[in-house]
Amino acid sequence: MTVRSITVSQLNEYIKNLFASDRMLSAVCVTGELSNFKRHSSGHLYFTLKDSDAAVQAVMFRSDAARLRFSPESGMKVIVTGRVSLYPKSGQYQIYVNTMQPDGIGSLYLAFEQLKEKLYRKGLFDPAHKKALPLYPKRIAVVTSPTGAAVRDMIRILNRRYPLCDVLVCPVKVQGDGAAQEIADMLDYVNHHRLADLIITGRGGGSLEDLWAFNEEVLAEAIYRSDIPVISAVGHEPDITISDYVADARASTPSNAAEIAVKDAFELKRALGDLAFTLAKYQSDRIKAERTRLARLTQTPVMTDPRQYFTDRRLSLDVISDRLASSMRLTLERRRAQTARLAAGLDAMSPLKVLSRGYSVVTDGRGVVRSVGRLTTGGEISVRLSDGSADCTVVRVTKEQKENVS
Amino acid sequence: MTKKFVFEEAVARLEEIVDLLSRGDAPLDESLALFEEGTGLIKKCGEALDKAEQKVELLIKSPDGPVTAPFDGEDEQ
Repeated sequence: MTVRSITVSQLNEYIKNLFASDRMLSAVCVTGELSNFKRHSSGHLYFTLKDSDAAVQAVMFRSDAARLRFSPESGMKVIVTGRVSLYPKSGQYQIYVNTMQPDGIGSLYLAFEQLKEKLYRKGLFDPAHKKALPLYPKRIAVVTSPTGAAVRDMIRILNRRYPLCDVLVCPVKVQGDGAAQEIADMLDYVNHHRLADLIITGRGGGSLEDLWAFNEEVLAEAIYRSDIPVISAVGHEPDITISDYVADARASTPSNAAEIAVKDAFELKRALGDLAFTLAKYQSDRIKAERTRLARLTQTPVMTDPRQYFTDRRLSLDVISDRLASSMRLTLERRRAQTARLAAGLDAMSPLKVLSRGYSVVTDGRGVVRSVGRLTTGGEISVRLSDGSADCTVVRVTKEQKENVS
Repeated sequence: MTKKFVFEEAVARLEEIVDLLSRGDAPLDESLALFEEGTGLIKKCGEALDKAEQKVELLIKSPDGPVTAPFDGEDEQ
């Protein structure tokens, strides 16, 4: 008996065809835990699906993986759909996964939580980055669907509250494939052309799926990037989206966004009225204060009795002139005394004064005689005394011995 | 040349005037002028709010840049 052998390739090919012909294996739905999860640079996902007793290899190609809303990771319980086939190169069978859902919670919910965590870590929700809304916006860009109730509600409320600001409706698709990208592009466009000083982006209520564009990273990044402040207004009160977290202000509904965006003209007018009152009060206070000052001035003596003012001045003038006269007198007396003192000094120096003290001066025909050497017995001299003179004849000349003979 | 009235600027100037007058140290003739300017601005702001007509436009991205068309908010789907 001869055994016909076949090649390994033929064997695997045969088994692969068996798998393919099995209707159940061509569309399986399997629950399991992800392990050895790898994201290849090609975009394909490779992982093992396991439970406590068994494991099976699985692959999810890039085109399918791109539709995943959440990021699968090892340890996650998931439900996958796909087909079972054989990988001829290794002879291993594996599941070719088309879709994957988190088990237990919705994939959108998981995606939301994952993105929220990721963006939080990146700092996109940082309060420090949030921009202040303009107090009196001049033009508001409403980035939303141009049809539907949301845009009309916003326009109506903006007009009622603050008709001074213009509204620019920037039409975008707010749900479905590519909506998030379209809204993000519009935000960039409005920023690039500086079309407004405030942006409201949002839409009316809907299912979580309908609101999904506002939970996408591409839109979150565009809101974060916007230099123009952004108010996010998505769905109804309880709906919170990623856009709400990133935006500079979050409105619970589109109508609420319009209320946040502008002040109410009615309130403004009341505030203006209060301001007018305040100004008038400042003004009347000021005038009152000036009046009081004026009154105080008119009550000063110079204003009430100007004559008294002059009398006072005259009196003080008299006092001053008296002081001038007496000081003049004093000066003169002082000078006079000084002169008398000088004259007395001069007097003491006078030769006549010496004569009065008992001295006398002897003269001869040639002048004052200072030495006996000039005298001769029998010579005539004149002796001058304080009150007259006498002509005398020299009887005897005696020279003092102590003196040297000249 | 009359400057275009801008509500925000008017309010900012009003705040300035109130601040100056509240200090009460400006010369009298100056504060009288400020008061008149202030009441004038209040009147203008009130008129602006009363007379304002909101312009609502639809943005159209044209190849030449943004253009606008009147927006008819009444059309419903």
